[in-house]
Amino acid sequence: MYAGVMKDNVTTRLILENVSHDYGSLAVLRNLNLAVMHGEFLVLVGPSGCGKTTLLNILSGYIKPVSGNVQINGIIRTVYQQDGLFPWLTVAENISMSLRDVKDKSLREKEVKELIALIHLEGFENHYPHQLSGGMRQRVELARVLAGDSDILLMDEPFSALDYQTRLRMRYELVRLLSKRKRTVVFVTHDIEEAAQLADRVLVLADRPAHISKELKIEAARPRNPTDDAVIEATKTILGELGLHSSVIKEL
Amino acid sequence: MAGTMSSATLPKKTTVQSATAKKSNRALSYVLPVAVLLFFVLGWWLISHFNLFPAYALPTPADVVKSFGEEITSGRLYNDVIASLWRVAVGFILSAGLGIPLGLWLGQHLHARQAFLPMLNFFRFLSPLAWIPFAILWFHIGDKPAIFLIFMATFFPLVIATMSAVSTIPAIYFRVAHDYKYKGAELLTKVTFPAVLPQIITSLRVSYGISWVVIVAAEMVGCQDGLGYGIWEARNGLRLDSAVCYMVVIGVLGMLIDRLLIQFTKLPNVRWGYER
Repeated sequence: MYAGVMKDNVTTRLILENVSHDYGSLAVLRNLNLAVMHGEFLVLVGPSGCGKTTLLNILSGYIKPVSGNVQINGIIRTVYQQDGLFPWLTVAENISMSLRDVKDKSLREKEVKELIALIHLEGFENHYPHQLSGGMRQRVELARVLAGDSDILLMDEPFSALDYQTRLRMRYELVRLLSKRKRTVVFVTHDIEEAAQLADRVLVLADRPAHISKELKIEAARPRNPTDDAVIEATKTILGELGLHSSVIKEL
Repeated sequence: MAGTMSSATLPKKTTVQSATAKKSNRALSYVLPVAVLLFFVLGWWLISHFNLFPAYALPTPADVVKSFGEEITSGRLYNDVIASLWRVAVGFILSAGLGIPLGLWLGQHLHARQAFLPMLNFFRFLSPLAWIPFAILWFHIGDKPAIFLIFMATFFPLVIATMSAVSTIPAIYFRVAHDYKYKGAELLTKVTFPAVLPQIITSLRVSYGISWVVIVAAEMVGCQDGLGYGIWEARNGLRLDSAVCYMVVIGVLGMLIDRLLIQFTKLPNVRWGYER
């Protein structure tokens, strides 16, 4: 119903201009400039504590930067690392949180049904989150942010609490869902392979105050395998940039 | 791919025990406590039979059964049960109705919490029995002093339990609530309250236990009927058989009502609070 429809003719979804942020005397972001295009899959990688989450909080409008401009075009939804679902609501009720503005009840139910079918959780509508596995819960989170007319998805290490194999499956799942319902994605991860497998563009963030130390475009079509040449190539580049490739850390 | 995933990753509660083993386990859960009860009564009977205590200080099981019959046929026991249940219900509903909202509010406001917590703690540690003189002076004789004492005994623990439950709600729920624009009263009823409901149910059970203990003491001083008054009267008439009969009723009723309150923990939207 909403999938792939560009209801407004914006080409740029998110713009950051000279954004800086501090926590007290701690400089977290310095003069960050960033534009995220409509339909783009942008991945931010960087060491932990480098300000990735602060950046996401600024993008979502949850915190205001100390200086600089933030422009957000469209409805933003966030997928959290874990426990983002309300445990007292069923799968269907959690998904319909996104449809609180939809007044027509039958329309709401139709949309929830469609999304549950999309994430292949038919029969689990009335289950509660604690009755599901970690992977299933994250799929419900994906369905919730895709519901209705969201435009931009912020993902804060959404698969990092899952075991490795489930994480691999979730990457394909995310690509499949986005092919059905096109969205602009800003994805934060410390998993370099994940970045290389999913991104149109990877931004490598360097340590505090965070700044973009490398920008990398990956043109290969999705879904990509972790063993595809383009993915391996991109992984090498990112590892090199982070100083984690053997050619760089020989001296240790 | 994902289709097969849903069934493969579904956490199944693996039943290692066979069906028959489970069945006999279930039977045991009834047989064992009954066996303990029978042993207890047997011990009691032996002690009274061989006069280890003087007869006036320890009634025999047979005396108690006999006085049970008398209390039931006279209708007095029935009246006392109704009177006590009514007082506990009113006092308990008053304290839950005021204490839970106050706890929710305090949990969300740091400064209010800082301001009121010492006072709440002070009253929490005051034995409700300390209020007996005031209860009688203010409310005289009847239902009111007992209800007042029950209220004083359960209100403060309930406020504090609700308040601390609210202040430990994971921040992520408020984050998500912010994303989906839950504000004001809706935030309170659709996020804060359901997030603490499992803990509220637990503290309701605990404070119900307190109120059932307090009612006996309250009725000994301020009432002309009720289970506590029954025990008081039995003591005055040196009828310990009747006192034991009332004690049995108090214990059994307390357990039964707790069984009822446990049913709340089986509501599907609070199960999460007890299973992880």
